[in-house]
Amino acid sequence: MTIIQQILFILSLGIAAWLVSRRILIISKTIRLGKDENLTDQPGQRLATMMRIAFGQKKMFDKPWVGLLHFMVYAGFLLINIEVLEIILDGITGRHRLFEPLLGDFYPVLIGFFEILALAVLVACSIFLVRRSTGIVSRLQPTRHRELRNWPQLDGKLILIAEIVLMMAILTMNAADSTLQDLDNPHYPQTGTFLISQFLKPVFAGWNEHGLVIYERIAWWVHILGIFAFALYVTYSKHLHIALAFPNTYFTRLVPKGEMKNMPEITSEVRIMLGIDNPPHSEVQAVPERFGARDVQDLSWKNLMDAYSCTECGRCTAACPANITGKKLSPRKIMMDTRDRLEDIGQNMLANKGTFSDDGKALIGDYILEEEILACTTCNACVQECPVLINPLDIILQLRRYKAMDEAKVPASWNMMFQNIDTNQAPWKFAPGDRFNWAESLPK
Amino acid sequence: MMDYKVPTMAEMAARNETPEILFWVGCAGAFDDRYKKVTIAFAKILNHAGIRFAVLGTEESCTGDPARRAGNEFAFQMLAMSNIQVLDMYSVKKIVTACPHCFNTLKNEYPGLGGNYEVIHHSEFLQQLINERKIRPADGQPFQGKKITFHDSCYLGRANGIYNAPREVLHALDADLVEMKRSRAKGLCCGAGGAQMFKEPEKGTKDINIERIEEALSTGAETIAVGCPFCMIMMTDGLKNKNKEDSVRIYDLAELIAQAGNF
Ligand code: SF4
Ligand code: SF4
Repeated sequence: MTIIQQILFILSLGIAAWLVSRRILIISKTIRLGKDENLTDQPGQRLATMMRIAFGQKKMFDKPWVGLLHFMVYAGFLLINIEVLEIILDGITGRHRLFEPLLGDFYPVLIGFFEILALAVLVACSIFLVRRSTGIVSRLQPTRHRELRNWPQLDGKLILIAEIVLMMAILTMNAADSTLQDLDNPHYPQTGTFLISQFLKPVFAGWNEHGLVIYERIAWWVHILGIFAFALYVTYSKHLHIALAFPNTYFTRLVPKGEMKNMPEITSEVRIMLGIDNPPHSEVQAVPERFGARDVQDLSWKNLMDAYSCTECGRCTAACPANITGKKLSPRKIMMDTRDRLEDIGQNMLANKGTFSDDGKALIGDYILEEEILACTTCNACVQECPVLINPLDIILQLRRYKAMDEAKVPASWNMMFQNIDTNQAPWKFAPGDRFNWAESLPK
Repeated sequence: MMDYKVPTMAEMAARNETPEILFWVGCAGAFDDRYKKVTIAFAKILNHAGIRFAVLGTEESCTGDPARRAGNEFAFQMLAMSNIQVLDMYSVKKIVTACPHCFNTLKNEYPGLGGNYEVIHHSEFLQQLINERKIRPADGQPFQGKKITFHDSCYLGRANGIYNAPREVLHALDADLVEMKRSRAKGLCCGAGGAQMFKEPEKGTKDINIERIEEALSTGAETIAVGCPFCMIMMTDGLKNKNKEDSVRIYDLAELIAQAGNF
């Protein structure tokens, strides 16, 4: 009997590992479609940022209650994985509670600790589910935010439900286990009662031994298969942030928020135009095939990793002045669109033996509208708010560069501003010679 | 009555002198009628504090911030490079400006093109002058106990992390500083940045400056202090829209200091 279970377990572990690694491969492949950007300077500073923001959840505590609840889920997730290790080893070896003989008296303490965490996760996820399903948090409402309609809002709830089910499976499994221990079933080593699940034992009062074993096994399988499914699901979901928040905060840009990325490919041309120098032909940088970004391949790999890291929390959008005043722009949607585009390209590559075959679409136009990127005031509120240090503004600005320089399609009034700058060296139509007139009104 | 002097770099160079600081006026400071008053107020303060300063006068150009943020990197780099040529020709080391957009561009974006200067926003500079007691704005005390609220500009605050300097300057006025609900890192944009100043807003339910002025008015402050020409223009428009120009005033930090000190 156990040998069949062992085979089944090893098989499902193998399938899960294969499916998850296939996803990881395609995701990293699409991220690497992006352009190079060197973000490896100042490793010490980077490590500190990652420890503070991802590991320490610093920004989540901007809202203390949500921060606390989220921390419970996060800590539970990290630590309960130690128990998952035992479960996996049990599954492979056909043993039960493999760590018990090794840890002795400490074992029930450890399991008790995990049970507290499981209960905390259960409570936090239930509160989150209620919060998400009622209208109290505006930024999570699909009626207010079109990017949340359909799949994204379901996604947000599914993972919470999954976590609740998984935690219930652990706790009832332990309760059935303890009851079996009371019956001196030889397969269940005596560990003593567990901290939380002991209160669930009355549920199993009056069950016969056979029924208990079946329940314990079902709960065990639900738990572990649930975790395998969860791991695969996460790669399709906003919950991928549980892995990517770490590298994403590590590789954040460490410059003042106001600094817009330079375009060195333009500099040599400008120097020639201004007659500053006449570099030998070989040194003139080749004119790039495109100015700015039209599609994800034109963005940097960090922009693309940002997209996969987005938790769709909408803190950016809730702070965005354009969104607050009813404009179409939502920085969260910019990130979701970028990810959707990457997913489509990934599927396309899978279907075409690993290479992308042009589908005639582009990030700007087919996913993100011109109207959205035009509405941005570059205020950096979205960048400030993001709990995983995503920069939606950087993408917006690169799309604008494409519109302005590659397509030469900007609002007429911007064209006028460009013209004024050209002729008057000022965005307004004033004669450069009048620039100093203000001083005349000072009493001399 | 004081004689106010505004020497240009060219004049100074002709006399073989170098100023302590270059006062970068900016396009709004030079051309916008409302903001010219701020430029004048700041020039007066510099005179009173005895700072050896100069301006570029007609040799100054737009820093290129609006062009760059509208996506026109060519126009930006053309302006930036020629400004850098001028600045380097005069061996400029230290720049003070009243415009957060100029400040951000000169400070953070010119180095990438070879222009390296120490750049200071006028709020920080005013704070220094007050701390060093080079100016004594509170002598006149016209703002004592009056409610003032400060509107953080994105390019000073979030973009460069300067939140305290403008507030310290306002403290020197002995005023009653009240904060808006959204302030400092959570401050709300006036709606003009990112070259929005130079086009109509996209369709929405409200204009951003209206949302912001409503928030400012709800503090009950009779003075709204700003530290940016764009914020000044947007907030003033908002105030007009609310028909409150008579009861509420909008001033730049430099104007408040100049008024308080009777400069
Ligand atoms: S930078 Fe642009 S997208 Fe981000 S909050 Fe400001 S206006 Fe919105
Ligand atoms: S970009 Fe950041 S703040 Fe915005 S939804 Fe994604 S995770 Fe949240």
